[in-house]
Amino acid sequence: MRFQLTEDQKALRAGMRELLERRFGREALRAAVDAPGRLDRELWRALGDAGFFALRLPEADGGVGLGLPEAVLAFEEAGRALLPGPLAATHLAAGAVPGAATGETVVAAVDGELVEWLEAADVVRGQASGAVALRSLDPLTPLHRTPAAGATGTGTQDPVAVLLTAAEQLGTAVRVGELAVQHARNRTQFGQPIGAFQAVKHLCADLLVRTETARVAVYAAAVTADPADIAAARLLADEAAVQGARDCLQVHGGMGFTWEADVHLHLKRAWVRARRGGGSTESEELLAARLVA
Amino acid sequence: MDLSYTPEEEDFRARLRDWLAKALPTLPAKPSPADWPGRRAYDLGWQRMLYDAGYADVHWDASPTTRLIFLEETERAGAPYVGANFVGLLHAGPTVAAEGTAEQRARWLPPILRGEEVWCQGFSEPGAGSDLAALRTRAWRDGDDYVVSGSKIWTSHAEVADWCELLVRTDPDVPKHKGITWLAMPMDADGITVRPLRTLAGSAEFAEVFLDEVRVPAGNRVGAENDGWRVTMVTLSFERGTAFVGEVVACRRVLAELARAARENGCWDDPVLRRRLGRLEAEFRALWRLTQWNVSEAEANGGVPGAGGSVFKLRYSHARQELYDTAADVLGPAALDLDRPWVLDRLSALSYTIAAGTSQIQRNIVAERILGLPKGR
Ligand SMILES: Cc1cc2nc3c(=O)[nH]c(=O)nc-3n(C[C@H](O)[C@H](O)[C@H](O)COP(=O)(O)OP(=O)(O)OC[C@H]3O[C@@H](n4cnc5c(N)ncnc54)[C@H](O)[C@@H]3O)c2cc1C
Repeated sequence: MRFQLTEDQKALRAGMRELLERRFGREALRAAVDAPGRLDRELWRALGDAGFFALRLPEADGGVGLGLPEAVLAFEEAGRALLPGPLAATHLAAGAVPGAATGETVVAAVDGELVEWLEAADVVRGQASGAVALRSLDPLTPLHRTPAAGATGTGTQDPVAVLLTAAEQLGTAVRVGELAVQHARNRTQFGQPIGAFQAVKHLCADLLVRTETARVAVYAAAVTADPADIAAARLLADEAAVQGARDCLQVHGGMGFTWEADVHLHLKRAWVRARRGGGSTESEELLAARLVA
Repeated sequence: MDLSYTPEEEDFRARLRDWLAKALPTLPAKPSPADWPGRRAYDLGWQRMLYDAGYADVHWDASPTTRLIFLEETERAGAPYVGANFVGLLHAGPTVAAEGTAEQRARWLPPILRGEEVWCQGFSEPGAGSDLAALRTRAWRDGDDYVVSGSKIWTSHAEVADWCELLVRTDPDVPKHKGITWLAMPMDADGITVRPLRTLAGSAEFAEVFLDEVRVPAGNRVGAENDGWRVTMVTLSFERGTAFVGEVVACRRVLAELARAARENGCWDDPVLRRRLGRLEAEFRALWRLTQWNVSEAEANGGVPGAGGSVFKLRYSHARQELYDTAADVLGPAALDLDRPWVLDRLSALSYTIAAGTSQIQRNIVAERILGLPKGR
């Protein structure tokens, strides 16, 4: 069995990481925070050029012709970089909405009672009339709430959207793990790096264990595309991202509670993503039903 | 990334399945947990059947994937667990195979494979558990023998073992990791007293072993004198490697049984409990994927289990306890009845965060060896 990344997959992931570091580094991230609601169209087109949206579209239709595992790796990197925008909605629209595949068209989608990036989008899939803007918890994700009557309700989300979201959560877990370990190595108290203290060390170890468990669940679901595997992946990835970001915040001490540190941005995005596709309840119910099927 | 098996691997699975279907009905009745001689005979008998069918050395010589298939299929078919053969097959044997002389390999390995000799592990001492290198059991060289005095504790299967993989201090004057030696001690030697210890589950799974000037031939030393710590690290990497594969398969079966029981007794209508079962299903699916990932990684690295074993053990030992706690909620008042299924399992699951390195020690390993955080004071 070869349940490991192939050389091509490693190269794709490295290429994606490099692109995002170049086009959406720390400065761009903080600039985006200072200009909420503005979507960087140039970056969106660059993503289109790199094949981010057309990754799974057949080559005959102008796509890259790759599969879910590759899409998951690209979305993991997007999550790691905290890339803003309706990434999954646009990716899923490639081939159906003109311009989505190339990044010319920004596509948003109604998910339950919420819509991300409604105003910045060119096309909105789903019933969004009467939607009211929220003061969004996540400064990097503008949110609207649709009237309950017009909501599509739960259970209608494409499992692929759920999986891609889980991949983004995995990326967040990876990133907050890096930030926590970096800080634990550099910050000294009581005459030694705080990472030498077991209480801190164990927070970091648990963070890694959750991340690696989520990683195998997400990758396996990308290989099988089984809805139960996808449900499992989302539960583990939500946990890894949300709890990981909290632990990372704790490791940063007072610094972790500031607007200045990036930790809160990761946590807030993880909370936004955890609401998508019916949330964890739906995934738990799906898996429970599978147990007695 | 791929989750499929090669035609050879599928072929191995099919032949094993056929053989299990024929072999398992011929097994004698399972002895009671308190009947140690009976358990020894049963476990050795099963090993002998595996030997005769050509599966005995699957833990040593087969590729990691083949081993995974073996453990998956035997558990699925309800075959016996390694039981009393655990130490011999899963760590003493591989250690002797990797570090022993040709003579030692010829002496000790075939009887393990044929199901003739049982081994136990004499590492822990009352004053040396997590801090294993602090062990104090002394050994002096006297002619062709080592003379060993001290005591060991928590020695699983000691009552029925023929051999003990024993760690002793041969030089007390050097830093603690440097003066340790790895010996194979015959359990019938003079001066050995085994005192069974009763576990919280009520039975005597392990024992205290007192050593009073026990003579062990110097030829039973594996590795060089005072080089035992390095040999021990080899043993421990086997212990934490893929030792839990079969158990994950078993937990997934228990979970499905639990869901059916919940449906029958009405607990299923409680959404909180139902979702907890759903979450456990996610957990054990992921643990199975983690197993496959670690096995694939070992295969890519020439069969050596990596630090991923600690990641797995941390998550698994916790999940196993969670599983049986949930079982208790499904059982209701019956969870207090020792004659009901899952109740003893709930008790024995308590050892998983302690044995083979506690969860705290595993976290230290993950933090220091994988994340590179500084060693603490
Ligand atoms: C069912 C079972 C079977 C066993 N079988 C065998 C066997 O066959 N052979 C054998 O040699 N041994 C065996 N053991 C022993 C086992 O390996 C030890 O119990 C284990 O390593 C812990 O050591 P200890 O019991 O001395 O606990 P201690 O080391 O005293 O630990 C007590 C507590 O302190 C914590 N602690 C200790 N050091 C640290 C640290 N540095 N940082 C943070 N926390 C720490 C531990 O995590 C634990 O919570 C068995 C144990 C069990 C439960």
